[in-house]
Amino acid sequence: MNLDLTSEQEMIREAAVGFLTERAGPAALRRAAEAGSGYDRALWDAIGRELGWCALAVPEEYGGMAMGAFDMALLAERMGQALLASPFFATVCLAAPLLVHAGTAGAKETYLPAIAAGELEATVGLSALGGVWWPDAGAVAAGVTARPDGAGFRLDGRLPHVPDGATAGLILVPARIEGGGIGVFAVTPAASGLTVRPLKTIDVSRPLADIRLDGVAVGAEALVSDPALVAAGLARALDEAALALAAEQVGVAQGALDGTLAYIAERVQFGRAIASFQAIKHRCAELMVRIEVARSAVMGAARLAASGEDPQAAALEISAARALATDAAFLAAQEAIQLHGGVGFTWEYDPHLYFKRAQASGAWLGGADDHLDRIAAVVCPA
Amino acid sequence: MTANDTTMDAGFRREVAGWLNEHLTGRFEPLRFRGGPGDGDAFPDLRKEWERELAVGRWSCIGWPEEYGGRGLPVPLQIAFHEEYARAGGPGRLGHIGEGLIGPTLMAFGTERQKQRYLPPIVAGREFWAQGYSEPGAGSDLAGLKTRARRDPSTGQWRVTGQKVWTSLAHVSDWIFVLARSEEGSVGREGLSFLLMPLHQPGIEIRPIRQINGGEEFNEVFFEGAVAEAEDIVGKPGDGWAVAMALLGFERGISTLGQQMTFAHELDLVVEIARENGSLRQPAIRRRIAQSWAGLRAMRYNAARMLSGFGKADLAREALGYKYYWSHWHRDLGKLAADVLGVEADVVTGDPRRERLQQLFLFSRADTIYGGTSEIQLNIIAERGLGMPKEPRGKA
Ligand SMILES: Cc1cc2nc3c(=O)[nH]c(=O)nc-3n(C[C@H](O)[C@H](O)[C@H](O)COP(=O)(O)OP(=O)(O)OC[C@H]3O[C@@H](n4cnc5c(N)ncnc54)[C@H](O)[C@@H]3O)c2cc1C
Repeated sequence: MNLDLTSEQEMIREAAVGFLTERAGPAALRRAAEAGSGYDRALWDAIGRELGWCALAVPEEYGGMAMGAFDMALLAERMGQALLASPFFATVCLAAPLLVHAGTAGAKETYLPAIAAGELEATVGLSALGGVWWPDAGAVAAGVTARPDGAGFRLDGRLPHVPDGATAGLILVPARIEGGGIGVFAVTPAASGLTVRPLKTIDVSRPLADIRLDGVAVGAEALVSDPALVAAGLARALDEAALALAAEQVGVAQGALDGTLAYIAERVQFGRAIASFQAIKHRCAELMVRIEVARSAVMGAARLAASGEDPQAAALEISAARALATDAAFLAAQEAIQLHGGVGFTWEYDPHLYFKRAQASGAWLGGADDHLDRIAAVVCPA
Repeated sequence: MTANDTTMDAGFRREVAGWLNEHLTGRFEPLRFRGGPGDGDAFPDLRKEWERELAVGRWSCIGWPEEYGGRGLPVPLQIAFHEEYARAGGPGRLGHIGEGLIGPTLMAFGTERQKQRYLPPIVAGREFWAQGYSEPGAGSDLAGLKTRARRDPSTGQWRVTGQKVWTSLAHVSDWIFVLARSEEGSVGREGLSFLLMPLHQPGIEIRPIRQINGGEEFNEVFFEGAVAEAEDIVGKPGDGWAVAMALLGFERGISTLGQQMTFAHELDLVVEIARENGSLRQPAIRRRIAQSWAGLRAMRYNAARMLSGFGKADLAREALGYKYYWSHWHRDLGKLAADVLGVEADVVTGDPRRERLQQLFLFSRADTIYGGTSEIQLNIIAERGLGMPKEPRGKA
């Protein structure tokens, strides 16, 4: 397997580094959090409308660039490193793949061009954000029922933790259809019977909302999934989202380590920079190894996923990447606090921003142990 | 390990597997899966014959340039070879130190005469080499070595006196390359010379050392006025450190990458035994197996990243950390194997599969010591990979 970057991919990476260094990062995150909106509108517009990153995962026939999972992973890693607060993940990494893999042709035509153009913020309302989609993808729809009602449906249920749920213009809701099967429903925030409660989160980089559906009436066209594709498509979309999240976590780990290296090179105790103490060198070196290995796992899984050759094999590798990246991110953030000493415990210094994101992201889309259990079920069936 | 091998040359793999299937039989049959790390003293004579068998099939030194008798194969095919070799249960390579370490060093630094004298017997599987670096007082701090070499002004010969230790396979080898202090009063990296010496000579005594698993794979080697011929110095007198370090760089883990196949075998065996004895039903064991699997996949992709870095001057970060990662991964697998065996890990049963896991448990303890201990690896990673301050040195 060739893991070299093409010159085009190098360009994406360079551009991402340049842009995100300038516009995102801990200071930008603090400003956005204090402004109360959760994210910086102008930054999001630049990402979607000027840089065209929202088009990456969308097929060309719907106005996208069809770059695939590998490019997405490169970009997501940089976003994690910059602690980017943006509807990008929910829109591009969660909602878009769901439409791509499970959507009807009509739904794709309706929504994907707007997503690609950076004009639509979308998200997916999973019954449990931390839940798993194996062995049966229907599990992520367990909390919502869709009752056929005339030509359309009525939706009832609860989505306790929807990423960017309070700002998204489109919420894709996997639901169990009464009488059989699962479907994905397109719901807009204005729908009557829909209650959206923004949640206060400890990780300020990614807002969540608690959404209730009380007899939300939708038309037949709101069923945006193709019945033949929905089960496999849902699983594949969530796998791709988990992969992007793993890539982000590698970035979070790298960002935490880089910040730590900069601090410990300056801080002097016992007449020397604390970076010169072997206990500290070894811990940083250990982090570097863990990060590189997680990065390798992400890149390999992303290549396989991008090839589309063997989604089942790719799914397992994504779980491997996710388990390694989750651990690397948390460890790097934990060490960032410890190696900063007292200032690492303050609001003013940055380690807590990485620490909170690492823990929060680690719980989304299956925790590390869930992913290991998934691997175990295949590699060593009891 | 099969899903992603499509980019490798499937035809080449078939050729290797076919050849091994035909030749690793009959009198060589007992060698299957033997002679690996921890089992290095198994069947030394038969394994030497096996090296010659490989040579006849032109499967030795496949990465060497053709002018030196190799096949000049690119790195991906070399890895494919190592993997197929491991898959077929090919025995531990007695020729490894010649092929992987001293051969490339001579190609880079050797005289014409040295290349002509020493390379062909390595390719042919007729001469075997040992590495004489470590000494009782110089392990991690190799530059503290004391073995002395003095030139006899009348003959030009070098006379070597001192002691090497942990010298793998010296007792079954023909030659040893020795790093020795050739300048009176020199310290550290200065004043060292790199010498090639026949092991079978009056001034050399080899005493095997019994190791953790009961085997005797490494040795103490005592030198008492032992001779290296004048023309058997590699590089100039005083250049020994540079040559010795270059030798460590040549390997760059190509055969180590091939060993991932062995790792995969070992993990399969752990799962097999865990299924048989019921420990596979324990969630904690299952998770550790999954963790191990995830690490193995990551190492595979890490290797793929390293490949694009081969030939570049600086080791990239993913390459710098590789030894540290695989050695700890492997040590963890050894512990997992022992935990899966439970009480049986302690019992000598004669069952070859259990024995293999017991050996894995014991011998994987060496992985984090030889070839640069983990602590030294972390120093190197911190300093070269992260640009952190260098370790202070005490006064010698
Ligand atoms: C199976 C096996 C095969 C071997 N084969 C060969 C061979 O063929 N030829 C050969 O020349 N050698 C060989 N060696 C020797 C090997 O290279 C040395 O054992 C190794 O370099 C460590 O040196 P040492 O044993 O003297 O340990 P020491 O250097 O004494 O180390 C003891 C402990 O101190 C730690 N330590 C030392 N320095 C530092 C530091 N600066 N910072 C932090 N911690 C430190 C080490 O990491 C280790 O944990 C072999 C060893 C083994 C186990």
